[in-house]
Amino acid sequence: MPDKHGLLKAYRKMREIREFEERLHVENTTGEIPGFLHLYTGQEAIAVGICEHLSDRDYIGSTHRGHGHCIAKGCDLNGMMAEIYGKETGLCRGKGGSMHIADLERGMLGANAIVGGAPPLAVGAALSAKTLETGGVAVSFTGDGGSNQGLVFEAMNMAVVLQLPVIFVFENNGYGEGTGHDYAVGSRDIAGRAEGFGLPAVKVDGTDFFAVYGAMGTAVARARSGQGPSVIEAVAMRWHGHYEGDAMLYRAAGEVAELRANRDPLELFLKRIEEVIPQEDIDAVDREVALAIDEAVARARAANPPAADQVFTDVYVAY
Amino acid sequence: MSIKSFREALNEALWQEMERDHRVVLMGEDIRGGNGGSAGEVEAYGGVLGVTKGLWSRFGSSRVIDTPITESALLGMAAGSAVTGLRPVADLMFMDFFGVSHDMLYNQAAKFRYMFGGKARTPMVVRGMIGAGYGAGAQHSQSPYNIFATTPGLKVVVPSSPYDAKGLLIQAIRDDDPVVFCEHKTLYKLEGEVPDEPYTIPFGMARYTREGDDVTIIALAAMVQQANIVADKLAAEGISVEVVDPRTISPLDEESILESVEWTGRVVIVDESAARVGFAHDVAALIASRGFHALKAPIELVTPPHTPVPFAPSLEQAWVPNAARIEAAVRKVLEA
Repeated sequence: MPDKHGLLKAYRKMREIREFEERLHVENTTGEIPGFLHLYTGQEAIAVGICEHLSDRDYIGSTHRGHGHCIAKGCDLNGMMAEIYGKETGLCRGKGGSMHIADLERGMLGANAIVGGAPPLAVGAALSAKTLETGGVAVSFTGDGGSNQGLVFEAMNMAVVLQLPVIFVFENNGYGEGTGHDYAVGSRDIAGRAEGFGLPAVKVDGTDFFAVYGAMGTAVARARSGQGPSVIEAVAMRWHGHYEGDAMLYRAAGEVAELRANRDPLELFLKRIEEVIPQEDIDAVDREVALAIDEAVARARAANPPAADQVFTDVYVAY
Repeated sequence: MSIKSFREALNEALWQEMERDHRVVLMGEDIRGGNGGSAGEVEAYGGVLGVTKGLWSRFGSSRVIDTPITESALLGMAAGSAVTGLRPVADLMFMDFFGVSHDMLYNQAAKFRYMFGGKARTPMVVRGMIGAGYGAGAQHSQSPYNIFATTPGLKVVVPSSPYDAKGLLIQAIRDDDPVVFCEHKTLYKLEGEVPDEPYTIPFGMARYTREGDDVTIIALAAMVQQANIVADKLAAEGISVEVVDPRTISPLDEESILESVEWTGRVVIVDESAARVGFAHDVAALIASRGFHALKAPIELVTPPHTPVPFAPSLEQAWVPNAARIEAAVRKVLEA
């Protein structure tokens, strides 16, 4: 369990993710945001529980639902929001968008719009860490949908064969697009399947920050001490649709209301720490985060779009 | 300067770059060979055609990394390690196998720099064999360099001589962008003069392997050898043939191609990649749009038919472009 300072920091990160995503849910209806949005609400404890063990020398690879991972890994909120709005001040200067936010200086290898794309890249980042002896580890985030991709299996095998410092995190949020994990994951048990690759694997409640944080503590200690890769399956149902605008006809009436009432990762966290952290400290974080998100939206809306000549730049380092 | 084979030239390039830069690592199946077998710690292969022979003995398992047969994870590991500080050279073995793994090159490595707003560098090389001629059948004989060249973000190298192989591979390893390095499998035994010291050949710089006045042949890899045979044969008849080897098709030395076309006015393009939407068609379009005024005859293309590569030697020989077909094409553009 983190100390008081660590707990408040973890809470701030989760609150940032919540505010960021819920604000996007609203702002998206204005029509100012291009493209698709996939919101992370309901899964905040996973990204933060994992990334609280990491620093800038460690790398993460993400998914199409990547805002939470970016925030947890330390990406700048203003740069992220501007990127989502397609502005020149965005982290990727408006060339990536929601599904490609990256910040290599923060160890963020990119959100990834190819389902199952991150695990092989994380294996590569782990190879760099091992070969260059940086002491770093790499983490891939993959959904229950991505868990069925062949290249994910290849990545796990490669990591075991080469004994690389990588942690494969599978976020089971219930659905791959509109198809239930209970249909698409044949064994219905992602962690159990991973064990077949020779990886230690645990399954935790992804709405419980402390469960995720504890599992990651074990996995990251293994990785940093040269004992090789691990798998964590964290289960936390998403609150929103696959994308913003998804009518979610595949979900039973009341499912999301039940999640909001009983499985809110932030509320569960607050219950656990109410005797450790004074309410006024929590309230201060909430106020600060709300202001920070307000500012991020205002700045993003006011920023300029990239100039048309930028379409030609950044294809190659030199050509 | 000494005489070396295409294979030896590649091996020397890898060796010298690994000596020079500790970030250069090799990865691929059987680039060492012998891992986990009953013979103990050996170097059983050094690559299926011996290109990486001796490198494991010199540089060890942390830099000469045998992988499982797992092309997606191989190219993913290469991409992920390149963007985080290594300079990997991934051996795909046969370039045909890109079909198993293409996402990691096509959607990931090639796009990192652009998608991330110019903040990423992905200095990786993918080596692999191309080409028909060994009776290797439909899944081990293709030349898909045209497919790689359609993707912005990738550079595509197709060397035709030992000298070019070494200089272009060293350039590829030192390059900060992803490079696909296509080695024609019938060239490995080809010998030529290769300097002992390291050197680079810039990408996007064609080489004239024959200079001439009457006809321009544009060819790549093994087809350059076939074009040279034709040029030498026709020289005896007083027909002067120029052979242009672009050496890299992305970037492409458009100016050298157009300069030769301006000079001769007659063009034959030889291309083993495809009968449709291939390298030949791209170059033909370039000439038609920017060199049309110089043309004295329609552009002639020599490509395989629009079929998979057949197995039986009699069929394979009928499939692959050769000197006889190139010669016929040259005579046709001369008569037009």
